[in-house]
Amino acid sequence: MAIKAIPGVNLPNRSDLPVMHSFCEKYSAPGHPLAFVHFLDSFSPWVLVCGIVVLYPVLVQAQTGSVKDGPFQVLWRWIPLLITSGFASNVVISFWTMALGTIAGVFLGIAQISHIRPVRILAKLLTQTFRNSPWLVVLFIVMLSIPDQLRVFGHVISFPDWVKSVLALSLPIMANLSEVVRGAIQSLPTSQWEAAEALAFTRHQILWRVILPQCIKRMMPPWMNWYAILTMATPLVSLLGVRDMIAIARFALTAENSRPELLFPFYGFCLVTFFAYCYPIARLTIRLEKRFAVMT
Amino acid sequence: MAWTEDLPIISIKDVHKSFGDLEVLKGLTLDVRKGEVVCIVGPSGSGKSTLLRCINGLTDIQAGSITVEGLEVHTPNLNKLELRKKVGIVFQQYNLFPHKTAIENVMMAPIIVLKQNRSEVEKRARALFEKVRLTGKENDYPGELSGGQQQRVAIARSLAMNPDIMLFDEITAALDPETVNEVLVTIESLVADGLTCVLVTHEMRFARKIADHIYFTDRGVIVEHGPPDVFFSQAKDPRTKEFLSRIL
Repeated sequence: MAIKAIPGVNLPNRSDLPVMHSFCEKYSAPGHPLAFVHFLDSFSPWVLVCGIVVLYPVLVQAQTGSVKDGPFQVLWRWIPLLITSGFASNVVISFWTMALGTIAGVFLGIAQISHIRPVRILAKLLTQTFRNSPWLVVLFIVMLSIPDQLRVFGHVISFPDWVKSVLALSLPIMANLSEVVRGAIQSLPTSQWEAAEALAFTRHQILWRVILPQCIKRMMPPWMNWYAILTMATPLVSLLGVRDMIAIARFALTAENSRPELLFPFYGFCLVTFFAYCYPIARLTIRLEKRFAVMT
Repeated sequence: MAWTEDLPIISIKDVHKSFGDLEVLKGLTLDVRKGEVVCIVGPSGSGKSTLLRCINGLTDIQAGSITVEGLEVHTPNLNKLELRKKVGIVFQQYNLFPHKTAIENVMMAPIIVLKQNRSEVEKRARALFEKVRLTGKENDYPGELSGGQQQRVAIARSLAMNPDIMLFDEITAALDPETVNEVLVTIESLVADGLTCVLVTHEMRFARKIADHIYFTDRGVIVEHGPPDVFFSQAKDPRTKEFLSRIL
């Protein structure tokens, strides 16, 4: 019996419908591990400078038609607070989240290649669970399930909101870095394991003395990529009452009588700040990636 | 039964090894005595390298037995540390640790595995560099060394564990013809020290010069063996004759 021809299944996938191709097929494919930094990197620095220097004030001015304090004067008053207690807390949260997520991720990644079956299965389960759940949902669950205070042997350990958000955000970071670590370990030739094994190293010694030190270089670009993604995601915590830059911007707008012409200057400033922080990271990531690609 | 020096240092009895359906060793038997130099030759894919890996337990066997100084290699309760202190192996691709300098490569195992004193290990490592004639290259990274130099570092790395037996797995096969000789000279000096050596090699002239006994394997069995003079001039089996006529 002849099988019906189905395009894309047993025929080349061709369509006469208009299909939108991504702007850069090589990197913007959703599966590409560095898609995000490649997207950031695809902007030329000059376009960005022009955008920030020219476009931003023009747009801000265009919104303004009032005789009260101009939007820039208002913004100027708030900038110190936005930066020192706003953006600074985003950076602090991203820093601790990354530290915690990296440590947990390394161990979880190693557990994924464990020779003990239950450990391996549990590690894979944890990794896949937190890799594939929305960060905001994880954030809600953790924030609402951790108590504000915990009494351990008479000591009171308190969990301020920002600590809870660090714990929450470090879970998806842990899971994603776990995959990075597993991938890096498995990308090393098995002959390295064999050589160390022949020298009577134990599995533990091989992993920590021979394999992981060689993985660090390979893991740097994806690690920095995840740091940039994480920093971009930290404003999520403002939804749960942590005083980050976005929360303070909202607070400031309310304090300034919610003048609509202030929306763009304030949120635009937040955007520019995050961009100024993450863009150099993205550039550096691409440079490291290219350098290591040549070396290996 | 305790092992004594007049018994074979390596005793391989009827060893069978398969990778899935592919049987690569089909009942191999051979003995190596202390201080003896044994060369294993034969066409590619005849299971020579696999045999070496079985001797130091890098890969398991399906049947038969291998003992090293009386220590049964293929049992579940093998003391791997004990075995690998006795047997060193050098690979075709050197397999140095690229993130460590040459001398650190040599010092790592004694320090980490044997927990020896760092300064004493370093003293011994420098002596080994002299032995493999690489003095001055101690602080180079493997990537900065030529193939022949890397292979000599790999030899020094194995020797740092003070093994009784050295296994060499086609260690000159990946080298330029000009650098082959510097590695072979190093091995000759080890043999002169009385170290027990098992070599898998394609360097027939070298095998003839250095070996006490030569084994010819093909398709997982030993076809013919004997002292080099007899082996090279009076080969009986047609497969050996054909191999020798192709390679000599």
